[in-house]
Amino acid sequence: MSSDAAIVPSSLSIKDLPWQIAWDLDKCTLCGKCTAICPVHAIEPAVFRKRVMDTSAGVKARPENRFQTYYGIRQKTAPAYHCVGCAMCAMVCPNDAIMPMRTDEADKLKFHINQGGEPERRGGRRNIAGGVLDQIKFIRISMLTDPALDAGRHEFEVRTLLGRVLAPEDNIRFVREHGWIPPVREIYPLIIGGMSFGALSPTMWEGLQMGVAYLNEELGMPVRISTGEGGCPPRLLRSRFLQYVILQIASGYFGWDEIIHAIPEMKVDPCAIEIKYGQGAKPGDGGLLMWHKVNRLIAAIRGVPPGVSLPSPPTHQTQYSIEESVAKMIQSMYMAWGFRVPVYPKISASSTALAVLNNLTRNPYAGGLAIDGEDGGTGAAYNVSMDHMGHPIASSLRDCYLNLVSVGQQNEIPLFAGGGIGKNGNLAANAAALIMLGASGVQVGKYIMQAAAGCLGSETARCNICNIGLCPKGITSQDPRLYRRLDPEDVARRIVDVYVAFDTELRKIVAPLGRSTALPIGMSDALGINDAAVAERLKIKYVV
Amino acid sequence: MCRLFAIASDTPVSPMMALNALDVMREGHDGSGVGLVLRDLGGPFEEMKDAPILSGIFTESGIKRLDAYMIDIGFLTKYRITIKTPKIPPPGTPRRDIYLIRAYEYPEEWENLSEAEKHERLVRLRLSLQEMGREQKDMIVFSFWPDTITIKEIGDPLTVGNYLELGDKKLNARIILAQGRQNTNYAIDLYACHPFFIQGFSTMTNGENTAFVPIREYLMSRGVPGYTGFYSDSEVFVHILHYTFTRLGLGIDAYKHIITPLQDDALQEHPDGMFLKQLKHCCRKLIIDGPNCVIGVMPDNTLFMTQDRKKLRPGVVGGGPGMYVMSSEICGLDAALPQRNKKNDFQPMHLDTVVIDPARREVKICHQMQRLSHLH
Repeated sequence: MSSDAAIVPSSLSIKDLPWQIAWDLDKCTLCGKCTAICPVHAIEPAVFRKRVMDTSAGVKARPENRFQTYYGIRQKTAPAYHCVGCAMCAMVCPNDAIMPMRTDEADKLKFHINQGGEPERRGGRRNIAGGVLDQIKFIRISMLTDPALDAGRHEFEVRTLLGRVLAPEDNIRFVREHGWIPPVREIYPLIIGGMSFGALSPTMWEGLQMGVAYLNEELGMPVRISTGEGGCPPRLLRSRFLQYVILQIASGYFGWDEIIHAIPEMKVDPCAIEIKYGQGAKPGDGGLLMWHKVNRLIAAIRGVPPGVSLPSPPTHQTQYSIEESVAKMIQSMYMAWGFRVPVYPKISASSTALAVLNNLTRNPYAGGLAIDGEDGGTGAAYNVSMDHMGHPIASSLRDCYLNLVSVGQQNEIPLFAGGGIGKNGNLAANAAALIMLGASGVQVGKYIMQAAAGCLGSETARCNICNIGLCPKGITSQDPRLYRRLDPEDVARRIVDVYVAFDTELRKIVAPLGRSTALPIGMSDALGINDAAVAERLKIKYVV
Repeated sequence: MCRLFAIASDTPVSPMMALNALDVMREGHDGSGVGLVLRDLGGPFEEMKDAPILSGIFTESGIKRLDAYMIDIGFLTKYRITIKTPKIPPPGTPRRDIYLIRAYEYPEEWENLSEAEKHERLVRLRLSLQEMGREQKDMIVFSFWPDTITIKEIGDPLTVGNYLELGDKKLNARIILAQGRQNTNYAIDLYACHPFFIQGFSTMTNGENTAFVPIREYLMSRGVPGYTGFYSDSEVFVHILHYTFTRLGLGIDAYKHIITPLQDDALQEHPDGMFLKQLKHCCRKLIIDGPNCVIGVMPDNTLFMTQDRKKLRPGVVGGGPGMYVMSSEICGLDAALPQRNKKNDFQPMHLDTVVIDPARREVKICHQMQRLSHLH
């Protein structure tokens, strides 16, 4: 900044930014790759003027004062161009000459990232690290009283149920009397949670679908994937692969015109219908696809004009009460597929989750309940919703499970937990903990993006620009120049890696607990934690 | 690992036969308990098959409270066996005042009740006696049921048997379940001692049920008064058996499909696959896990043995028409029936349920891949 430039309230120095670019003049080859790849144009090539003092030791020569120039990288400080820390510059640099560094104090950008009165919006998840799931340990190890099972050699059946399970007495009676028995799917307990076509790039979506198809058809793992709210590509709707897909309907109903019209042409039924009422990342707020990402393809699938932002309403606008929202909507969706497809709601974890659950216990059609905790991810949301709204998944799920136990319906309405599972990379341990707290299965999204596609986002405000379509890895972009970086085959291969490794790790957890015949849902005696208050709250053992 | 021994005999035999067999298998039990269930009784009880028999351990004050309570309801003593014990019990066995085996006559107002109603009331009565006993620590009630005697005590099985003089001629039965306990619970509690009993169903187990907590939660939420206690992780086996028969109306060949269902590929080939898939789904919370050999008896005195999904525990059946024996180990079988045709010994594997019906003419094997009998 020049000495006479005006300082405005939002004038920031590099020190004030959350990420600062460390650049090494000696190593830099001036190739320009870093400035070309930076998704937010936070750095630019620049010419620097530099004064050099020449103090030769000679008798005749006088010390002199010269000006030189050199070429290098300049970091912009305007809030609109702040570095997001994605470190793509470091990735492409041939000489390791550049890298973003996290500031050593709370940044000042946070106070200015509302220019024009527009609060910060971003992708990713709650920018708060840690969580209770990683602290839970599995303490009931079979020792001499019973042989621990062999995770590598014993048979295991890692399966769960999705759909309304009847009470045994009713089920047997209905079999005898040829009554209607709600459809139930036997699926793998790790579900890829709703990430829409639109939020994700076409290559990412294709990779996910290919990976899921491979897991099902080659490895015999009944993995299911939710579409999120954004419809489903027409060819997928008319293919046999639809059976691996959970179609999500949410308050914007995006894509459902296409889906409804495809029903007569469907070769197979979808796995299930998920009615999204809420999302852990932004509870009480609807889905959001910002205009940057609404190109012609996305617009066509969603049935909207291109180039406009698509905020879904926070609630289903056509309904005014829980009876309308839950009972009638569930029934309508059942009817659309001739009562052959399970339908279940997905809600944000909330202190009101129990009320929803109680309503479902009295609804004979509800095929489950998915609960999404505060650590869930999103493609786009207001930062305030992400960081400050929501309820942790562990206690919300536990309350719901114990409530089902108290009414004796713990096997009837499967609970699926989401939100922050694998947040710190411990996918199997987090999933197993939630299953033993009462979940029938878990939903993951962010972890899949990170593990299968190399998403760079983190809880220290790194990257998180999924909302504006500039994903430097091409995962959440609709710009072909960006999403061409992602090869669907590679994504599919990584999905398979993730599931096969998860399966081994899950067995390594449940086998020592003496479990293999059935998923240890609600096996809370196996859990312990080094925190008395949490132990009491979750009704698990306190261990020190 | 505990040791199990069961007898099904046309002629009543002494429980000492079972205790002698347990003694041969003594390395498998540690003196933390012995339990006996006798059914289809011989001797003096032969003439009173319908009279409910109360079995338990009482203090002097406990028996007075019991008498007052039972008389108040209208139960009159019909017959009793007095067990006289030496003043000094064997090492490890506590000194007790009274081991009670007492047959009652139903109160007059029960006469017109249906069988089912009587059975419900008997369970509630047993539970309230147990509750009274827990409050004052003066009564332990094991069973209160017609044609059934239960004896449990801490100590080495054979020593306890001799101490309680169980060789007494008055005490014999056609069906005997006996377990010598290897304690893997943290505290030794007589209520945690096998065999467990509810309404004519009784089971004993050699193993550890690692799915105990979710199963217990599920059973307790079924609204059946007798599904309580749960002092042992093995107690759920008898409740699941009771549930299978009384609430689901299924037979013994379905029991194994509930506790250790077939995997999906096997179900697809199974002639009753569609039904069994439904059963597996709706009874998912009753699936057991861990190593277990289960021996049990049904109200009609059918005896059975079944194994966990991986067949991690031993169990063998031997004998001939009129006298069959189930044992954890072959040495137990040898001790009880040395003359049997050993070629007919059978060790059930992971898909088998062995059944000896009340006629006791043959050993039937229900293989889990067979059709279910009652459905067709």
